[in-house]
Amino acid sequence: MSEPPADAVPAAEAARLHATWSDPPGLLGRLASIDHKVIGRRFIATAFGFFLAGGLLAALMRLQLARPQNGLVGPDLYAQLFTMHGTTMMFLFAVPVMQAFAVYLVPLMVGARSIAFPRMNAFAYWIYLMGGLMLYGAFLLNVGPDAGWFAYVPLAGPEYSPGKRVDFWAQLITFTELSGLLEAIVIITTVFKLRAPGMALHRVPLFVWAMLVTAFMVLFAMPAVMLASTGLILDRLVGTHFYNPGEGGDALLWQHLFWFFGHPEVYFIFIPGLGFMSALLATFSRRPVFGYSAMVLSLIATAFLSFGLWVHHMFATNLPELGKSFFTAASMMIAIPSAVQIFCWIATLATGRLWFRTPMLFALAFFFILVLGGMTGLMLASVPLDLQVHDTYFVVAHLHYVLIGGAVFPLFGALYYWYPKMTGRLMSERLGRWNFWLFFVGFNLTFFPMHQLGLEGMPRRVYTYPAGLGWDGLNLLATVGALVIAASVALLLFNAWRSARHGEPAGDNPWQAATLEWATASPPPRANFDRPPVVHGREPLWEAPREPRHVKGLATDAREVLVTTVLDAQPDHRAGYPDPSIWPFVSALATTVLFVGSIFTPWAAVWGLAPVAIALTAWFWPKPHETDAHLRMERAPR
Amino acid sequence: MATRIRPLQRRPHARGPEPRTFAAAALAALVLGLLPLAAVAAPPFGAGSQDALRTGGPQAALILDLWRLLLAVCGVVFAAVMAAFGVALWRARRGTRDTPPELQGPLRGEPRSARLVAAATGASAVGLCGLIVASVLTDRALARLPLSNALHVELTAHQWWWQARYDDADPSRTFETANELHLPAGRPVLLTLHADDVIHSFWVPNLSGKKDLIPGRTATLALRADVPGRYRGQCAEFCGLQHAGMALEVVVEPDAAYAAWAERQRRPAEPPTDPQAQRGQRLFLAGTCAMCHAIQGTDAAARRAPDLTHLAGRARLAAGTVPNGRAQLAAWIADPAAFKPGTNMPGHRYAPEDLDALVAYLETLR
Repeated sequence: MSEPPADAVPAAEAARLHATWSDPPGLLGRLASIDHKVIGRRFIATAFGFFLAGGLLAALMRLQLARPQNGLVGPDLYAQLFTMHGTTMMFLFAVPVMQAFAVYLVPLMVGARSIAFPRMNAFAYWIYLMGGLMLYGAFLLNVGPDAGWFAYVPLAGPEYSPGKRVDFWAQLITFTELSGLLEAIVIITTVFKLRAPGMALHRVPLFVWAMLVTAFMVLFAMPAVMLASTGLILDRLVGTHFYNPGEGGDALLWQHLFWFFGHPEVYFIFIPGLGFMSALLATFSRRPVFGYSAMVLSLIATAFLSFGLWVHHMFATNLPELGKSFFTAASMMIAIPSAVQIFCWIATLATGRLWFRTPMLFALAFFFILVLGGMTGLMLASVPLDLQVHDTYFVVAHLHYVLIGGAVFPLFGALYYWYPKMTGRLMSERLGRWNFWLFFVGFNLTFFPMHQLGLEGMPRRVYTYPAGLGWDGLNLLATVGALVIAASVALLLFNAWRSARHGEPAGDNPWQAATLEWATASPPPRANFDRPPVVHGREPLWEAPREPRHVKGLATDAREVLVTTVLDAQPDHRAGYPDPSIWPFVSALATTVLFVGSIFTPWAAVWGLAPVAIALTAWFWPKPHETDAHLRMERAPR
Repeated sequence: MATRIRPLQRRPHARGPEPRTFAAAALAALVLGLLPLAAVAAPPFGAGSQDALRTGGPQAALILDLWRLLLAVCGVVFAAVMAAFGVALWRARRGTRDTPPELQGPLRGEPRSARLVAAATGASAVGLCGLIVASVLTDRALARLPLSNALHVELTAHQWWWQARYDDADPSRTFETANELHLPAGRPVLLTLHADDVIHSFWVPNLSGKKDLIPGRTATLALRADVPGRYRGQCAEFCGLQHAGMALEVVVEPDAAYAAWAERQRRPAEPPTDPQAQRGQRLFLAGTCAMCHAIQGTDAAARRAPDLTHLAGRARLAAGTVPNGRAQLAAWIADPAAFKPGTNMPGHRYAPEDLDALVAYLETLR
């Protein structure tokens, strides 16, 4: 294990770096920030904000369903509640929060000065924020979407959903697609080109691998939903007939396109969760995760297979039966790479030295919850069984077991784990344990009974149900569980809020972990590392230090990053790095005007382009002195 | 006889009949000698009448068998993984922040772990293949339901009700009904499924898995109900505001009873004899009712809403949401949205004596 080297950076040099990489002062400076840590923190906070909003909607639904024929929420509001809950959790929380963690962590974990395409990264965040605000603005004005987060046509089409509700949904998809695709490009480029010298692909941390694989999945899956939602907007706005069976369109086309995206989307959420798991288990088992190559190959296999499962959302349609059997097989086979990872982790635990702290507890809960959710996933993969439980509470139970167990539990663990890196202070361990146990118990109380409810015939998306069908008691139990979850989330918030002020100071590496983000201060300096590290193995902070330890020769008085080769991470060249700019923010505003305007008139796509074009032109306008400076600096390292 | 079923989602301000007035109305009906009416009122659906675990026919039973198999296999696998996990946690050494990380083992390679992981993965793959085979075999068995002598029913889903057309080789013997399917026990049924507006899904869990009804497409579903009884089905694909209020009642009865029912359905409505009911019929035909509803044997032939030719013979109104009975029927006509917010049927402001006459007429449609 290596202690920070004695050859500390002179204070003057650190101060110069700080000045070089700082944001301009004031509000404008904040809006202009392109620091990935600033953007990452905002991104994480925003995503948790939407998580809370989506959770409140869910709590309201559970209160309505607490007893039969309850009159708390009527059908119109209920339809908006479950649509907003699903849309929020999938598009505004689960996928973005993973990308948000990646924005914060990936550059630190690969030992980079900053993230690739930083202005695009800032733009992607602003677009995401504004899309979410648009959706919630619409909801508060009673124009919240009400056709389900899946927006099946013809119900979501112009004839059966008049008004603007579904348009807001479809336009939110445009916002999140744009943001998600840009983030994918940012993450892929950061991982491929900005790794510390020596961090060849076989030394990349498993969390970074998970985010890289996810980013590629986003690139391939998002275009399908982009096509689908554009078709929907056109049907609704200008009267095309993509999905209108009466005019030669096809209602099932929507489902194919939506689920071709929608099923991989589940894995956009789950695979980063696997990445968190590997990071947490390694640190708290005091050893590297067993089977690095198997883990990486499993991630990639999962990503590939996840594109071949979408029809299992459509088993109840009249597709050919033989074709459905293929998707049964594919849906079951995707369990294998996940099983490999679970077995590798169990081997890691068995041979490790376990340190039970709050992040570890959240990681361990994954085993119980996700494996149970995986078992019900196998059941849903079977065509005949799916025909009984499809669109019932059984599926509600399954998907929450998979997504909360596979992603949210590891995510909460990740929050406890990296919070000290982000704030410099540890979260309270005592509150953390209460938080964990309440969440674990509340989660199972809420969702386990739903398996039985589904088998007993209770369909999803009903705003009420008759008494006497035998569903009353289990529904009440689920509602009680939901309140326990609410209490545990409140505790998490309180812990995060309180620890920011009163938490125990963390130091650089409070968990004695192996990856590079722990090699710098907590919170990290503006330039991430006073001296960017050089890597000689897979567990840089656990291995005996070797020379050279640091990159030398990067400018301190100008923003400069080291670009390395894709496979071996050999130093390739030094590149000038952009300065903070207000234009990504302005461009995002202009894009928002275009997107929101086109909900109301197709002409917005014409006049709305002018401000976008102006903002983008200003953003990319070459400044001769900057270009000169960059050309002067950019050269191959000696 | 006052059934205790309450309508689905009654708004608090809605002035539906209180149970007491309902009981009084039923009592009055008895006094008036309309005893047969009482026999119509629906027995409430009990626990298990919409339940995939209580099967009433071979299709649902095959799926239940598969469920039991998968539950057993997955249960064993889950227990095995949890046991391995538990043993790992139990036996692993404990560490702290200061425990030096273990790097030697991972560097040397860990053949024991590798063997165990490989064995567990292999076992998983074999088990999964077994599950796929079981699933495909069940699928095949489901597809092999003998269909000779099958009853053909064309079922069309609307927002938010079910239209059923019983086919017959002789076109004059076809008939139409709504929201209530009667099926002969032991005889296979071939359902042809359409949707008129948005996607719905046919699901009677005690009898069979579900099948979507998709506009522009035709699907079929074969099932057989062997155990006589009343089963509840419900639309299983979100279809708008009253998705929750789109139930389908399935009455499985012995052949003779079914044949008698079908014969009744084939007959057009008899002209009312009672003067009040005659007035009701005139109101029905001259007012807005006939713009959406049909009553065979009269001039009412619209098809936008349920066929009412034998309305009084059905156990429930409004796709399973309101028990059928005089008082409930009157309340439903006056303000359907009180029972089913969002329903396409508008409310009607009739004078009390007109409403009574209308209901008296509808009560003759047996």
